[in-house]
Amino acid sequence: MSAKELAVITVMGRDRPGLVAGISRVLAENEVNIEDISQTILQDMFSMILMVDISSCKVSFEDLDEALQQEGRRLGVKILMQHKKIFDFMHRI
Amino acid sequence: MIYSKEEILETIRMIAMENLDIRTVTLGISLLDCADPDPERLLLKVRDKICRTGRQLVPSARRLERKYGIPIVHLRLAVTPLAVLLASPLAVLGAQEGASFCCQLARQLDRSCQDMGIDLIGGYSALVQGGMTASDRLLIESIPTVLSSTTCLCASVQVATSARGINMDAVQMMGGIVKELALGTPSGSGCARLVVLCNAPDNIPFMAGAFHGFGNAETAVNIGISGPGVIRSALRSKEGLRLDELAEEIKKRAFKITRVGELIGKEMAAAIGSRLGGVDFSLAPTFKVGDSVAEILEAMGLERVGAPGSTAALALLTNAVKMGGAMATSAVGGYSGAFIPVSEDAGMVAAAACGALSLEKLEAMTSVCSVGLDMVAIPGDTPAETISGLIADEMAIGVMNHKATGVRLIPVPGKKAGERVDFGGLFGSAIVMPVSAFSCAGFVRRGGSFPPAIHSLRN
Repeated sequence: MSAKELAVITVMGRDRPGLVAGISRVLAENEVNIEDISQTILQDMFSMILMVDISSCKVSFEDLDEALQQEGRRLGVKILMQHKKIFDFMHRI
Repeated sequence: MIYSKEEILETIRMIAMENLDIRTVTLGISLLDCADPDPERLLLKVRDKICRTGRQLVPSARRLERKYGIPIVHLRLAVTPLAVLLASPLAVLGAQEGASFCCQLARQLDRSCQDMGIDLIGGYSALVQGGMTASDRLLIESIPTVLSSTTCLCASVQVATSARGINMDAVQMMGGIVKELALGTPSGSGCARLVVLCNAPDNIPFMAGAFHGFGNAETAVNIGISGPGVIRSALRSKEGLRLDELAEEIKKRAFKITRVGELIGKEMAAAIGSRLGGVDFSLAPTFKVGDSVAEILEAMGLERVGAPGSTAALALLTNAVKMGGAMATSAVGGYSGAFIPVSEDAGMVAAAACGALSLEKLEAMTSVCSVGLDMVAIPGDTPAETISGLIADEMAIGVMNHKATGVRLIPVPGKKAGERVDFGGLFGSAIVMPVSAFSCAGFVRRGGSFPPAIHSLRN
């Protein structure tokens, strides 16, 4: 089994039914596994943070991001996917 | 989760709301292997090398922006100081043909950058702190024509170092060059692409002073980060903090923003088969509200920048940024302090407009931060000798304090002190600042050289 390659997906906007399902579907279709998920309310805005493993992803990082952006537009939320390394660099010594 | 929600949201907030970005990725390219006495062959070699080496810059940057969700605002090239490359062809061309060849090379570089989607290219430069060669002189004399007929090319002339002192003949010459360039471009805007330097680092990512110095590898990736907004927001809710506690807050934020520069620099170097030259963690403002160094100083408790205490506040800021930044990168590069370019910082412009900030106070502040009298608009009728005097003062600060200083003055044709001028785009707008009417012509016209700083004799 190949080593994990993690990315952080942050979803911001209004909560609504089907939000988790919609994003999970895009990830599952591309063989991206959800490693961890958490939700929080930040200044009246819903935010969901997913830690995902993209090591087996069928498409490039850019194409996965594009698919998520499309889904975000459909669901009316803002989605940001960032490779985990930026958090390692900023928050770990 | 391996990161806390707070950590993830802090990163996102810095980028989305506090204007954290990679201000510039500047790829340094050596052109030494393009040297050729035949002008046509030299042009071909330069074009080939620039295109071959630079073409990966834009697509690689776009990929990294997407991977890490961080904007990379500017992409630039910096080349070997061109006075060196021009020495051989200029030796066989006459003065007139030589000047026209300088323009030909400059326009070709400009076009190559535009074709690749690169914003600026630095390196139309001469290092003349100890004296001038024939090609140095020709290059400097050609600056007004060359910058008037290009849009991406940046020029710099190093006229002083701590080890060699100040070449006052060159300082005298540059006063006239700055005036001539101002007259040849709208509102003197060409002067935004010319800087006079002292102790210039050879791996600067910021313009107009970037060039690929002689101690470098074939290519090098230099990163400029930008985070005045991140530092400003760290101070927003910290009213009651003592100054040492304030410095601690700044240090922590500077560490984090510099780490982003380190990450992008390493990844960019790997992507284009180069190496990380340096990360310049200078706080670089833009004209956007909330992205201002002046606002940071005002958040510390100054009514307006320029008030007594401004030099001390800036020193505290620069020092704290260095403490955090130096630990965050394995390759500290460029200036790594804080920039206070007047026209590129809305808070600095406001301070100049209300009379809080004078040119003299600005000069004092430059002794404790990156660079010097940067992007300062002055009256169009300022005599060339007075411009040389302002350059000499800033060079003396650099020489005596072993620091990099620079002068980027814009004598705006037809404008008087207090009038507003708009340079457009990145270069912002400014209030024309008054300059002392007392003359320094007698001092400047003496020429010669200003001996090195005595504390450079350490051997």
